[in-house]
Amino acid sequence: MANLTSSFLGIKSPNPFWLASAPPTDKQYNVERAFKAGWGGVVWKTLGAEGPPIVNVQGPRYGAIHSNDRRLLGLNNIELITDRPLEINLNEIKEVKKKWPDRAMVVSLMVPCEEQCWIDILKRVEETEADGIELNFGCPHGMSERGMGSAVGQVPDYVEMVARWCKQNTRMPVIVKLTPNISDIRQPARAALKGGADAVSLINTISSIVGVDLDEMSPEPHTDGKGTSGGYCGPAVKPIALNMVAQLARDPEMKNLPISGIGGVTVWKDAAEFMALGAGNVQVCTAAMAYGFNIVQEMTTGLSNWMDSKGYTSVDQIIGKAVPNVTDWQYLNLNYVVKARIDQDSCIKCGRCHIVCEDTSHQAITNIVDGKRHFEVIDEECVGCNLCVSVCPVQDCITMEHISSGVDPRTKKEISKDYGNWTTHPNNPSKIPDAAE
Amino acid sequence: MLNDIKKQRLSKKEYDENFDEIHPPLNEHEAYVEGDRCYYCYDAPCIEACPTGINIPLFIRQITSKNPEGAAKTIFDENILGGMSARVCPTETLCEEACVRNTGEDRPVKIGLLQRYATDSLMNSINHPYKRSEDNGKKVAIVGGGPAGLSCAHRLSMKGYSVTIFDSKSKLGGLNEYGIAAYKSLDNFAERETKFVLSLGGIDYKLNTTIGKDLSIDQLKKDFDAVFLGMGLTGVNSLLVDGEDDNGIDDAVRYIEDIRQAKDLGELPVGRKVIVIGGGMTAIDMAVQIKKLGSEDVTIVYRRGKKEMSASLVEQQNAQNNGVLIKHWSKPVRLITNDNSVCGVEFEYTSVKDGKLVGTGEKYKIDSDMVFRAIGQTFEDDADGLPPLGSGRISVDENYKTSISGIWAGGDCVNEGEDLTVTAVEAGKKAAESIHMELS
Repeated sequence: MANLTSSFLGIKSPNPFWLASAPPTDKQYNVERAFKAGWGGVVWKTLGAEGPPIVNVQGPRYGAIHSNDRRLLGLNNIELITDRPLEINLNEIKEVKKKWPDRAMVVSLMVPCEEQCWIDILKRVEETEADGIELNFGCPHGMSERGMGSAVGQVPDYVEMVARWCKQNTRMPVIVKLTPNISDIRQPARAALKGGADAVSLINTISSIVGVDLDEMSPEPHTDGKGTSGGYCGPAVKPIALNMVAQLARDPEMKNLPISGIGGVTVWKDAAEFMALGAGNVQVCTAAMAYGFNIVQEMTTGLSNWMDSKGYTSVDQIIGKAVPNVTDWQYLNLNYVVKARIDQDSCIKCGRCHIVCEDTSHQAITNIVDGKRHFEVIDEECVGCNLCVSVCPVQDCITMEHISSGVDPRTKKEISKDYGNWTTHPNNPSKIPDAAE
Repeated sequence: MLNDIKKQRLSKKEYDENFDEIHPPLNEHEAYVEGDRCYYCYDAPCIEACPTGINIPLFIRQITSKNPEGAAKTIFDENILGGMSARVCPTETLCEEACVRNTGEDRPVKIGLLQRYATDSLMNSINHPYKRSEDNGKKVAIVGGGPAGLSCAHRLSMKGYSVTIFDSKSKLGGLNEYGIAAYKSLDNFAERETKFVLSLGGIDYKLNTTIGKDLSIDQLKKDFDAVFLGMGLTGVNSLLVDGEDDNGIDDAVRYIEDIRQAKDLGELPVGRKVIVIGGGMTAIDMAVQIKKLGSEDVTIVYRRGKKEMSASLVEQQNAQNNGVLIKHWSKPVRLITNDNSVCGVEFEYTSVKDGKLVGTGEKYKIDSDMVFRAIGQTFEDDADGLPPLGSGRISVDENYKTSISGIWAGGDCVNEGEDLTVTAVEAGKKAAESIHMELS
């Protein structure tokens, strides 16, 4: 059995699955249920400064994208940070940490951009014996209108400034949670590192309008006929999150900056992918909000079984394993030729591969052969684009075959065994000259 | 010994339960989930397999995108009786047999039920989905108001023709109204569907009017610009054994008519032991329904094997699931009578020798209180002026034109009829297009 124990910034947890700062981690009741179910840790829902509690809308807070059988594909929310009194949250955090010492307890924070505000709250959090703090520079709705959340995360100078205040005023490890609502994720991450942050976590939710109510002519969800932009999360955002995690993991400046991966983690495989791209652990919210806390049992057993099957004994062995294989387009091997292959035994003859190739790509798949419905790749036309694989409803029916030698029937050129990329390609006006020239 | 034939064998509750919907309709959620299973195939095999060529992937996509009225329109564009077709089509040998999901997982998309979901949603709304073109001053007579006739009438009226349907019965609808198992067409669906078709306008009808008796083909030719014959099959094959005129033997089609028109199912006489002779859908519908009416032992006897039965395997299983015994490879040789009442049938086993069906000489008897003939119907060709026949039915070309100028024909009365509602609808539709081509 693989060892799933995780140590993130020295914060130990029995597995790398934490619940992200969100509604599931707003109360002792929920968090204890999560720990009972087996979650490795939580990031407590964001606390704000002392004072009158936050007020939420009393209309709907969530909007959703569904599949036709109502699977939740994407969720959007306009809930603000915790709306419970600070004192109650702190007491509960302290009690939970005491009762569950082996679980990670990180507290998310969001207070105005004044140093004293941060000093005040840090002191209070330290008293709870929590393992660390996460700075919420990510929420794209509501709080951002008040100069907090993503309003901070979108300005690298502020990120650096607040991270520095925190590092100077607490012994606790500081994680900066990044907003994806920015054009280059590396900028705020570098700023966090400059400010002394111990780690970053990403992504927070993406600014979104989840739909429009065409009867009311109002964004969904709406309160009294009006809607606002909310934060989008769930399976739909995973590709965006993976890319941003990889961008940081590849950045030489942030080589040693730990990353907590967030964004659409739904099953064990999602977690393994985040970790392979450099995340030290993962945080989950939407999947739990869709199915409840017990999903962690699938996640831990799935990850463990996969690790066993691959011979990995600890999670550290996975972290960053795929990073060296993330590269820029210009370094992809242009001499690597693939052709689609359709397994006729598993083909159900739906014809989707044909029509998408015919209508929208390269006219490289037949529909009729010898007067019969038959789908076969025309090597002379196939550019190996993978669209047919993407649309085929049958697992492994269409695969991409590497052609390593001979003449490519499409280009009529001999296939080179050598690696050759765009930087040296003859068609590249700014190609790097050969050493011989 | 008197035959044990009784009314009111069951309680009202039992009749209601037994004659409830055989395939309950999908609710909205079920329709989305089932519709989601459609792959939206290219050049979809299901379209090819549909006799009326409905664009099935399109209407399913319209259902899942919450446009059920659009979906219904896609269906009605090709098959104005799409509602009944959804209920009675042997989808397992048509669209659903062709569904590529069969290859992957042996479970096709439930196209029939989805079609019903779509058509129901539009038929429950108030407005007829089509508008007639301006009246073109031309008149077409349609003989027979069954699926072929109604389909032809609707298509012609849409194009601006004034149509008059002549039907020998007291209601329009043909076999949709008088045939078909009752549990496939609940809540007077056939009648509602006929009303739906007529609500387009431009379609007049005369009931209780039989061709060759109350009106002549020659007269129709004089009074109308074109004539479409869709009178179906009104004759019934006989067993050609002694005693067929005795009590206790009846035609399945006639009895099914009684079931369909019954105000109270309990008023139908039901034998304790029933034999149905035949291998088609009429035999199945007869056997299952009389079982549901309270008969104790119902046996279908067919002269050939399971595969040769024209009722699909699914329908055969439906009969067996309802407790009907199906005996193959047996032919009736003699009716056993007692005081002019049939009390049993003697059968002889059969086999195929040199490509011919022959009796083996071995015989057996089955007791019965009622015996039903369901061995096919025939075209009654007694009206004067009928177009020439082929194989006992009216001959037509690919456009459903007969060899007499100005007369078209389609449905069960023509020689290529497959005796399905859906093929009759297609014939009526195609004939209408052909009539329009010729008259415009």
